[in-house]
Amino acid sequence: MALEIIESCVNCYACEPLCPNEAIYQASPHFLIDPDKCTECAGDYDDAQCSSICPIEGAIIDELGVALNLPGSLTGISAEMLAKYQAAVEATYRAALEAKTG
Amino acid sequence: MDLPVINSISGEVAEGGGCASHSCGSTDDQLGHLPEHIRAKVHNHPCYSEQAHHYFARMHVAVAPACNIQCHYCNRKYDCSNESRPGVVSEVLTPEQAVKKVMAVAANIPQMTVLGIAGPGDPLANPERTFTTFRELSEKAPDIKLCVSTNGLALPESVEELSKHNIDHVTITINCVDPDVGAQIYPWVFWKNKRIMGREGAAILIEQQQRGLEMLTERGILVKVNSVMIPGVNDKHLAEVSKVVKSKGAFLHNVMPLIAEPEHGTFYGLMGQPSPTPEELQELQDACSGDMNMMRHCRQCRADAVGLLGEDRGLEFTMDKIEDMEIDYPAAMVKRAEVHAQIAKELEIKEQDRQFQAQAKAALAALQGDVPLTRPVLMAVSTKGGGVINEHFGHAHEFLVYEASPVGVRFIGHRKTTPYCEGGSSCGDGESALDETLRVLKGCEVVLSAKIGFEPWAPLEAAGIQPNGEHAMEPIEEAIAAVYEEMRATGKLDEKPELQQKVA
Ligand code: SF4
Ligand code: SF4
Repeated sequence: MALEIIESCVNCYACEPLCPNEAIYQASPHFLIDPDKCTECAGDYDDAQCSSICPIEGAIIDELGVALNLPGSLTGISAEMLAKYQAAVEATYRAALEAKTG
Repeated sequence: MDLPVINSISGEVAEGGGCASHSCGSTDDQLGHLPEHIRAKVHNHPCYSEQAHHYFARMHVAVAPACNIQCHYCNRKYDCSNESRPGVVSEVLTPEQAVKKVMAVAANIPQMTVLGIAGPGDPLANPERTFTTFRELSEKAPDIKLCVSTNGLALPESVEELSKHNIDHVTITINCVDPDVGAQIYPWVFWKNKRIMGREGAAILIEQQQRGLEMLTERGILVKVNSVMIPGVNDKHLAEVSKVVKSKGAFLHNVMPLIAEPEHGTFYGLMGQPSPTPEELQELQDACSGDMNMMRHCRQCRADAVGLLGEDRGLEFTMDKIEDMEIDYPAAMVKRAEVHAQIAKELEIKEQDRQFQAQAKAALAALQGDVPLTRPVLMAVSTKGGGVINEHFGHAHEFLVYEASPVGVRFIGHRKTTPYCEGGSSCGDGESALDETLRVLKGCEVVLSAKIGFEPWAPLEAAGIQPNGEHAMEPIEEAIAAVYEEMRATGKLDEKPELQQKVA
């Protein structure tokens, strides 16, 4: 029984000091959980601490690969809004590229 | 008769001063509204003093990456959008690296007087990292002022530790005092080992912010409040926020515009939430800051900014460059003190010049006969700061004295006293303390306080000082102008002041 931090982690350090088992450690390119130490906080807290403070939806998953924080659950940003965001980012990127290549 | 306040006059004078920035119209004179202990702290502070920001520099170090709440104007892939800028990522430093960087900058830029920790997350959600940095700096570089910004959630538990360091002031971002408004700004907070969503979370945050504010002002630590103006969400509500935080002793309320673009990937940005127009912003700033434009030059710096406001010399001090620098801090401190003294002298000369010009202009206006020539009147005010009349008469350690005249309201000076009533219910040495207060108020014809008890009323009147509690929580200069106008209308200004001032 252990949780896992995946690549969408933004290295914000928030989870690390909260873990009752010191299972979380800083690593490159992102923080990691030692599966041998993680108990999913059973016996210590009602809620897994790392996934209760993590601001990034989907950055922490369980053993079945299911995200503890589902898309939209923390930011209120729906999948539809997210698509709009990606389009905006792409447009900015393309504009920058065009400016560069003239 | 519409009575102008002197600041608007001096603002015009200063505009010719060669500052390119539109926001630099006003001057150090604003600081006159503050009680002495606050003024001493902020008058050479680049973020508060319009004069000082051209001379003194500040820097931020990004040692605090974690956050304990989510704001709808923030995308957590980047630095905090409130304390920094949206879409910017700072390199997170360890406390050791941060201390080294601060000392390197202080030695190379002697004008650097202020070190702030503002992020990239919430400093108090990273207590270890933030306080290690403060502890080390208080010890190794005692000539640097420290300041910290927070969302307030972890503030009450941090007050004790904060009071141990050389902390100049604390900034709390307070966007609301109503959980229903908060629920539209904060989707969650992390509280007592749980994530609390929506209104319930916002209510906890608000309670902690207010408690933290009270605890800090009780301990005499300066508190500034920042608010992000979000049209349609809290724009109408911020006047209320302003009133609440000033009554609790915040010395300044600074309203900043929401920055929300779709490409920042924030909830507001993606929702198309509009930012305020400059006019909307200014209108609200005028309403909230009273007469104090101290922060109008605020540039919303990023979490690792270095240098004078509006410039960033961060690239000269990247970690790899700092590693190679040899720093002799004691020697640097001597040089820094010399530079600071030189700047202080320059500022003083400028200030005298400015006062002279303002007086000359006022005298000219009077000569030209635009205004009826009623005599000037001195009035005393008790305030905890914030530019409003918010201190009880009996609790005041000092009074601010102003001169009202046909050409405006002018700050004259501070007068210290022993509080007539040292808080609580017991007014022990009441009588002798009141005598002292009457003595320091000599020459004043009116005293304005948030509240004046029954006891001092008669002695004040007998001394020719009219007690006035009718302008509680109002901006100081407006209240004084109103009282002066009332005196004019009721013929009090026709009498000679000697006749009123019976006690010499
Ligand atoms: S679930 Fe609990 S024990 Fe496991 S890593 Fe997260 S905080 Fe640590
Ligand atoms: S809280 Fe989430 S984003 Fe932050 S370090 Fe931990 S896993 Fe990464």
